[in-house]
Amino acid sequence: MNDMWIILIGILVAWSCSILGCFLVLRKMSMIGDAISHSVLPGIVIAFLFSGTRDSFIMMLGAAAIGLVTVFLIQMFQNSGVQSDASIGVVFTALFAIGVVLVSIFTRQVDLDLDCVLYGEIAYAPWDTIDFRGTNIGPKAIWGIGASFFLNVVVIGLFYKQFKLCSFDPALAAALGIPVAFFHYLLMGLVSISTVASFESVGAILVVGMIIVPAATAYLLTESLGKMIVISMIVGAISSIAGYYVAYLLDASIAGSMITVAGGIFFIVFLLSPTHGIIFKKWRRKKLISEIS
Amino acid sequence: MNWLEIFQDPNTQWILLGSMLLGLSSGVIGSFAYLRKQSLMGDALAHAALPGVCIAFMITGTKSILYFLIGAAAAGVLATFLIGYITRNSRIKQDSALGIILTVFFGFGIVLLTQIQHGDSGNQSGLDKFLFGQAASMVQSDVYTMAIISVILVALSFLFFKEFKLLSFDPGFAKGIGLPIMLLDQFIMLLIVTAVVVGIQAVGVVLMAALLITPAVAARYWTEKLHIMVMLAGLFGALSGFAGTVISTMANNLPTGPLAVLSATAIFVFSVIFAPKRGVIAKSMMQLTAKRDYEKQYASQKMKEGSLYE
Repeated sequence: MNDMWIILIGILVAWSCSILGCFLVLRKMSMIGDAISHSVLPGIVIAFLFSGTRDSFIMMLGAAAIGLVTVFLIQMFQNSGVQSDASIGVVFTALFAIGVVLVSIFTRQVDLDLDCVLYGEIAYAPWDTIDFRGTNIGPKAIWGIGASFFLNVVVIGLFYKQFKLCSFDPALAAALGIPVAFFHYLLMGLVSISTVASFESVGAILVVGMIIVPAATAYLLTESLGKMIVISMIVGAISSIAGYYVAYLLDASIAGSMITVAGGIFFIVFLLSPTHGIIFKKWRRKKLISEIS
Repeated sequence: MNWLEIFQDPNTQWILLGSMLLGLSSGVIGSFAYLRKQSLMGDALAHAALPGVCIAFMITGTKSILYFLIGAAAAGVLATFLIGYITRNSRIKQDSALGIILTVFFGFGIVLLTQIQHGDSGNQSGLDKFLFGQAASMVQSDVYTMAIISVILVALSFLFFKEFKLLSFDPGFAKGIGLPIMLLDQFIMLLIVTAVVVGIQAVGVVLMAALLITPAVAARYWTEKLHIMVMLAGLFGALSGFAGTVISTMANNLPTGPLAVLSATAIFVFSVIFAPKRGVIAKSMMQLTAKRDYEKQYASQKMKEGSLYE
């Protein structure tokens, strides 16, 4: 039963992240996920100090708010002339440093294991269950991540056209009267919420990996955004299932194995994709040369 | 504890020297990374070093900093090669390639780490410290290693200054006059890798990225000349290392690495606000004078035409 819960949590994280990941990869903002996943740390610590519990809804909102602050600061420095990658780097490392200092100041008050936050221990997630009117309704993580997945599906589903247009041609979108900045921050808000929801049970590294790797894999396989989202969800699900069994066989970190499997899938697609793979590209080039000569 | 006591403590002196040298060399190298739009490379390499460190430990079975450095450098070089290869040979952009390599390497490193934990060699606590950084536990021999490597890094940047300058501003021209740009590119990467693996042990994975980026971006605000920018970045880095160490010694229990990064951030924010020409204040002053000049000109012109209040 626990195996099933863990795999299900993994799949939900993968789905929740990869839907958003497709948009981030297309908009050349992949590293925003990495930045947000690190910079929410002070938000989480402050929320701990205020609420005193590890699992309040307020904590999630607080961290998501810090996520938006991160994006806002990055945008601000970018507008004042700092290169985009450098402004991401400056902002998230500074916020992360504040988080680490806060942890070490209040380390007695909050029960927050830094290693656990960074690595994540999905293996313990099934034991942390919630009761609803006396009956056990399953692990807390399922409900948290499930809710964020549901939110992503609803918001992206409702505004699919707007998000699509903003990703491919923001100038046209603005000309058509779509509030580009609003959708930018809406997307970033979703990224923050998904990151925070997944964070506690699976750790930063799996979240960042699941945002970028399945989406990039799908990007090599298709030319349509809709298909890209579906493929990235499939890749994410396969990584979670296969990653769990790899971890089981090797007795290794589950989150680490899931992301390693995702990396393996990316590598295979990178070599063998029929349209964008290295091998087919080289082969086509050779054929072309021999046809000409 | 008062100021004098801090500087008299030999242990603190070593940590102080170590963090200042680290800040100096990462500031210098970071300037080139910033101009080549590869600021996040430091972040990626700092994470990608993990499997290298683990494999070095698995092979040698000892927690020697030298083997760790070799393992981390090997993993870092492989990572930069893969990032470049993916970017050149597919539609995947550099930021996504960076992210993929960063997370997959780190994930794989964690798999190895748990393997070590469950293995017979048992105690992997030293590895943890290596990754998350523990400036306070630096010993004299670590500082020696860091000092030697930092000096080499700065000297190499000085020797190859002209080449790096050309490569940063006009790679096409550099190629045209016959410079081996691929080789030089890999060489800069190697310097970044070296700075990162030296720094990881002192300030940890994430914060090492900050020491490469933040002083360089701050220095860019003050000057338009590369050599001044490089020197300023080194100075800002050294200052951050100094401030981080001093504050952490005075306030008990606070880690040095994050404090050094926050000092660098403070310098950055100060630069954003107060730098001449590029700073926020200077810019708004310039706008104001421009506006006033224009208004004056407009008014005098209208006056000449005799129709100011039409």
